[in-house]
Amino acid sequence: MKKTKEKMLGIYRNVVAIRKFEMMAHEQYANGFLHGSVHLYAGEEGVAAGVCGGLNENDYITSTHRGHGHLIAKGGDLKLMMAELFGKATGYCNGKGGSMHICDMDLGILGSNGIVGAGLPIVVGAGFACKQFGKKQVAVCFFGDGAANRGTFHESLNLTATWKLPVIYALENNFYGISGSQRELTTVKELSVRAKAYDIPGFTVEGNDVMAVFESTCEAVERAREGKGPTLLEFKTWRHLGHWEGDPDTRLFIYREQKEHEEWLKKDPVILFRAALINEKFATAGELDAIDKKVQEEIDEAVEFAMDSPFPAIETLTENVYCL
Amino acid sequence: MKTITYGESIKEAIEFEMKRDPMIFLAGEDVAKLGGAFGTTAGLAKEFGPDRVMDTPISETAIIGLAIGSSVLGMRPIVELMYVDFAGVAMDEIMNQAAKMRYMFGGKATLPMVVRAATGATVRGAAQHSQTIEAMFTHIPGLKVVMPATAADAKGLLISAIRDNNPVMFLEHKALYSMKGDVPEGEYVVPLGKANIAKEGTDVTIVAWSLMTQVALQAAKQLETEEISAEVVDLRSLAPLDKEAILASIKKTHRLVIVQEAVHTSGFAAEIAALVAEECLDELDEKIIRVTAPDCPIPYSPVLEDEYVPNPEKVIAAVKSII
Repeated sequence: MKKTKEKMLGIYRNVVAIRKFEMMAHEQYANGFLHGSVHLYAGEEGVAAGVCGGLNENDYITSTHRGHGHLIAKGGDLKLMMAELFGKATGYCNGKGGSMHICDMDLGILGSNGIVGAGLPIVVGAGFACKQFGKKQVAVCFFGDGAANRGTFHESLNLTATWKLPVIYALENNFYGISGSQRELTTVKELSVRAKAYDIPGFTVEGNDVMAVFESTCEAVERAREGKGPTLLEFKTWRHLGHWEGDPDTRLFIYREQKEHEEWLKKDPVILFRAALINEKFATAGELDAIDKKVQEEIDEAVEFAMDSPFPAIETLTENVYCL
Repeated sequence: MKTITYGESIKEAIEFEMKRDPMIFLAGEDVAKLGGAFGTTAGLAKEFGPDRVMDTPISETAIIGLAIGSSVLGMRPIVELMYVDFAGVAMDEIMNQAAKMRYMFGGKATLPMVVRAATGATVRGAAQHSQTIEAMFTHIPGLKVVMPATAADAKGLLISAIRDNNPVMFLEHKALYSMKGDVPEGEYVVPLGKANIAKEGTDVTIVAWSLMTQVALQAAKQLETEEISAEVVDLRSLAPLDKEAILASIKKTHRLVIVQEAVHTSGFAAEIAALVAEECLDELDEKIIRVTAPDCPIPYSPVLEDEYVPNPEKVIAAVKSII
């Protein structure tokens, strides 16, 4: 896929949209409008935006509990997403799913998921169907360093590699599964080495370098479309906020080091990508400012939409358990 | 009509449907080359080729995931758990993913998938290869649970299950695979959610499913010679459940015995008993009796297993205790 100005600005829009959406969700959670467990993607925008930037609309993704970034980068509607987080009837899932269960089949989003590692088996099926359909579609599985230790990771990679399914594994290594440190709970420094066990290519990429994310994804997508099978891409990144809203680590640094956190804040993907776009002459500061402004308007509209929408009617409680 | 086995009926259903709809495929451990651990799918790999009948590694989460991901994209997978006992290693895929995706996604996802699994005891498979854990599945909204008791129903119900747009747990009884029966040829559809009155009667309702339907029928035959007229209600589907058939029978006989192969506590018989108590308590003249296995894992030794699994004698004794 070519690095055109249009493509790069589209990715930039997504990076900004994710950041602003997540910070708004952070604010509205504190205001009591979002409920339960919300896991925000702020800081990791480079991965979702860079990976999804390398996909077509008819490609598929499976997402995680930290899925807002993937959803937005794949083209998700900010209003429908915000309304779903607010638990309103107008949300993507009519209020039935919430943050961890948002899906948009038309955009190829096979759902965020509350079970760590659950997307890995599902992408086997999505990849299989893509291969059968013969339209060169691919399926991306987003998952984290924690999920890489689940049995589902092993089963999924083995089978998609054996059947040469058009799958891209996007491992978002933010070094922590809640408080579990990848560096303490695995034996390997770079999780991409696990690709060797399945005889597939594996690469570790700087996740906050959006260009690098995009380029490595495009290669893996190309491989998949050509029928050469799956690739494991490990993206090193960092979440700016807690594992979930209310995580005391954000203020107290119980399991993360403040020093390391501050180092990563200096590598903010929003700032780095903006600079890269200007340096490589894809856009002027003015053009990027205009995108920022438009996104802010969309975010404000999304909140207004969510606030004004009704809650689901009680009668809808037991709807859609089965397909009639 | 022809006389074939329960196992052959299952193959017929799969073959018929796969010929009709190219979106249907079959996958599981040993299903292709070997034709299934029980020989049920012999010949299908040769007939439909490696793109439609596939051997998988021992990877139940990936097998169920294969069904979930492909069905949500529009295919109609039939995947196999060699033994239903292996559902344990893929329970997340079954209960948290397949069962719930449609609901959580506000109706946006449709999963027309079938998980076939061999269930049941009496073949000395011992604790981890002999369970019938249907109550675990009926307890998960979003799953359909089907348990054929006859060769004809195996074919008709499987065709319905394949055509159903929901995830269906199709639980085949391994001791019934070699049982012969009269099976209609060609397209034969038995709807889900409709019980069968396997034998009509007036004195007592015996509700059963799967192998226990055969046990109940044997008991009923013996009871006839003693002038006790038992009506055997074969559930066929546990979810959706044909509640009306059960209630109608009780309104006729006023006595209920439920025969369940699974362990006593929290089995599906408890659900039926509660349902009947809730909805037609005053139609009952006697207490409800559940004839079940005891609350322990399935033992290996033949002497112990024979005691474990409900038999016609136990059903007869139960009936007589309330006549």
